Amino acid sequence: MPFFSWVTALVITCVSGQAFGSEVNVYSSRKDALIAPLLVRFSQETGIGVNLITGKADTLLSRIKAEGKATPADIFITVDAGRLHRAKEAGALQSIDNSILNSKIPSHLRDVDSQWFGLTVRARPIFYAKDRVSPSDLSTYEALTETKWRKRICIRSSASIYNQSLVASMIEANGEKRTLGWAKGLVENLARKPTGGDTDQLRATAAGQCDLAIANTYYFGRLIDSPKEEDRILASKLGVFWPNQADRGAHVNVSGVGVTRHSKNVNEAIKLIQFMISKEAQAYYAEINHEYPVVEGTPLSITIGGLGDFKSDLLNLSALGVNNTDAVKLMDRAGWQ
Amino acid sequence: MAVISEKYHTAGRFPRFNGLLFTSFIAALCVALPIIVVCSFVIFGNSDSWDHLLDTLLGRYAFNSLVLSILVAIGVMALGIPTAWIISFYRFKGRNLLSWLLLLPMAYPAYILAYTYTGVLEYSSPLLTWMRDIDAPNWSMAAFLNIRSLPGAAVMLSLVLYPYVYLLARAAFMDQSANLMEAAYTLGQNRWRVLFRIVIPMARPAIAAGTLLAVMETLADFGTVQFFGVQTFTTGIVRTYYGFGDTVGAAQLSTLLLTCVFFLVVFEKTSRNTVQYYSDRLRKLNHASVILLGSRCKIAQAICMIPIFFGFLLPTTILAYWAIFFAELQSMWSLAVSSFMLAGLSSLLVVSVALTICYANRLYPSNWASSLLTFIGLGYALPGVVVAIGVLIPFGFLDNFIGGILEPFGIPPSLWLSGTLGALMFAYLVRFLAIATGNLNSGLSRVSLSIDHSGRLLGLSQFGVVSRIHVPLMKGSVFTAVLVCFVDIVKELPATLILRPFDFNTLAVKAFELAEDERLIDASVPSLLIVIVSLLPVIWLNRSVAGS
Repeated sequence: MPFFSWVTALVITCVSGQAFGSEVNVYSSRKDALIAPLLVRFSQETGIGVNLITGKADTLLSRIKAEGKATPADIFITVDAGRLHRAKEAGALQSIDNSILNSKIPSHLRDVDSQWFGLTVRARPIFYAKDRVSPSDLSTYEALTETKWRKRICIRSSASIYNQSLVASMIEANGEKRTLGWAKGLVENLARKPTGGDTDQLRATAAGQCDLAIANTYYFGRLIDSPKEEDRILASKLGVFWPNQADRGAHVNVSGVGVTRHSKNVNEAIKLIQFMISKEAQAYYAEINHEYPVVEGTPLSITIGGLGDFKSDLLNLSALGVNNTDAVKLMDRAGWQ
Repeated sequence: MAVISEKYHTAGRFPRFNGLLFTSFIAALCVALPIIVVCSFVIFGNSDSWDHLLDTLLGRYAFNSLVLSILVAIGVMALGIPTAWIISFYRFKGRNLLSWLLLLPMAYPAYILAYTYTGVLEYSSPLLTWMRDIDAPNWSMAAFLNIRSLPGAAVMLSLVLYPYVYLLARAAFMDQSANLMEAAYTLGQNRWRVLFRIVIPMARPAIAAGTLLAVMETLADFGTVQFFGVQTFTTGIVRTYYGFGDTVGAAQLSTLLLTCVFFLVVFEKTSRNTVQYYSDRLRKLNHASVILLGSRCKIAQAICMIPIFFGFLLPTTILAYWAIFFAELQSMWSLAVSSFMLAGLSSLLVVSVALTICYANRLYPSNWASSLLTFIGLGYALPGVVVAIGVLIPFGFLDNFIGGILEPFGIPPSLWLSGTLGALMFAYLVRFLAIATGNLNSGLSRVSLSIDHSGRLLGLSQFGVVSRIHVPLMKGSVFTAVLVCFVDIVKELPATLILRPFDFNTLAVKAFELAEDERLIDASVPSLLIVIVSLLPVIWLNRSVAGS
């Protein structure tokens, strides 16, 4: 990825070397490669300089909190509504009432108080080993606790925010008591102790350690498009199943963005967010990271389009944040490591 | 004259104000600060998630930490004792080389070993692909794929920590008196009975000390257990702090961990003290008297090669292979520079403070000063995670306090302390001061006081004694202290991860982040650099041990 490092370096040099009329400071937990090229385009188009700092979401957030009024950050970018909500709860963000953002981003993909906005969508469906599982045996997340799946499922640990948000959405749909029962049932059906990331679950399923895996779509997309032949073979062994199509739809989440409470460049920050939901930027995300665009009518990457249409859960994602602590505690109680 | 009289004046009672002693006192306060802060929350704190922790996770943290410690204790003894025994009592081809190759795994932080083996044993690795091609049984592949587990973590930790047992056991074996063993032989005992009834029991305190050190390191480990998804105290502390945002809960978990460590320290000290009791240094046996030839020589070599191969040769080959052929090099140079600069500055700071303390203790010996030294020695037993939390809390508090004072003057609040390299260096000082004082003290104790006195009698000033006698004599110890601190800081993960200033990365942190991102092959470059740097003191120390 040296290209992207160069681009980042370029962004930074641009800003320090050549004075832009105005600038915006971005704290992002997304990788350089996924964001830096977009920021360069933004600077070229608008003449607004961008400073990018990347890091872990929790660290960036603690930083913004600790910096308080002094924070240089104007924009906070991270993945998962649970984390975006954490930032909101911490008082790190401010409400932005902007008609373009409101009209382009579907309401369930942005905060109820307009403190954060979804930029891209990822779904968390069920993946199955084609040679061992018939998709007709699958139906819903809830049905994963059936005894026929005993010791056949792989999923990563409860420390992952993706799982916390999935459980948070189920608490919203089914209530805490039923969800606890579900989590316990799921733990009993796990083929192995949760380890590794989403890709590891997919690998283990292809390898035969388990028959089903729950993972985010873009991990699967990366395997399909991998430069390594082994990865492509591995992906070919897996099928995607969209659960809960007869009721609420498959669980989805977003990567998103918010303007910090103490931002000194609010107008520039809003311009940047608007740029990120422009057709060009949305298509870039879809292509480079196999995510679904938030703005309707943006073309999907061929890889992701190949996974087919599905009905997604229209729950307002703020609920994932509200239920996060309960979800974490529930998973602990269920013994989900 | 002055030295002697001062010594007599101050022995055993509280000394007058004095710069050296004052510095020692401040240093001890620094070490104490995180401990006091963390422990104070047990009394004053009110944690939001404590009840939840108690209900669900605490048992698991304690159980996993305990089982891991027991497995590592077994592992380090299983690897350390036989190798020490073979090296001490037999002569065979390659013995000298093996005796120091056995130290090499010390250069590995356990987490790097964990990344390397996980990379080798994942589904699409050449090894597993080959196993599938030859239709290896599923269970064998499952065992490999299951390396990310508690037993897997125990294996990783044992492979890098056994040298503690090996070193101490070897020293104890070589120190044993010949009389007892010869008496046993004349009484008709065979080699095995002598081994199990005389040699090992006599070395037991040393073996226990080595094992306890390994267990302390195990309890302090964060990188390996985090990566393998084993929930222990250290991962629990980080999760409570970041996941739940619960400082108090994290501090309370830290206190529990500290309590365990405290008991281990006491235990270790007592077992070390008894070493003296057993040793009779009058006449030493030429231990390596039995010459092994043929197949017995091969067996001895093989036993010694097992930990060397799995703890060093294999992972290093893999890392080098990945780093050279596959890894994408991204700004590694600047990472290495910032890592080494930080470690260099910090180790100089740590060693300067340690020098001050050791000199205070030498020039103005008192019970008071020597108990300070013992107290500072505790620092090394503090897990990095606990130090980090114990530094973060008071520094954050001070930041708020300073902000409050400055605000009326129109100065915006900022992270004056907690977000700086200063905070990180402070944490290193707390954690590694003990290593430096240990090294320097052993060096200083070899310079007998009577040499100082002779120097003074021959007309040297106190400064002259230091510059003309101590400096030449102590060069080696100071260098060793700096080197050991430097490497420990380069390897240090949890405190660096938590306390590093915002946009600041080190090799260890980068390796951790890449591994967490499932990019194990890219993690090989920073990992390999860490291992190469860490080899320096292992080679240096071996040279100086061999020299003495």
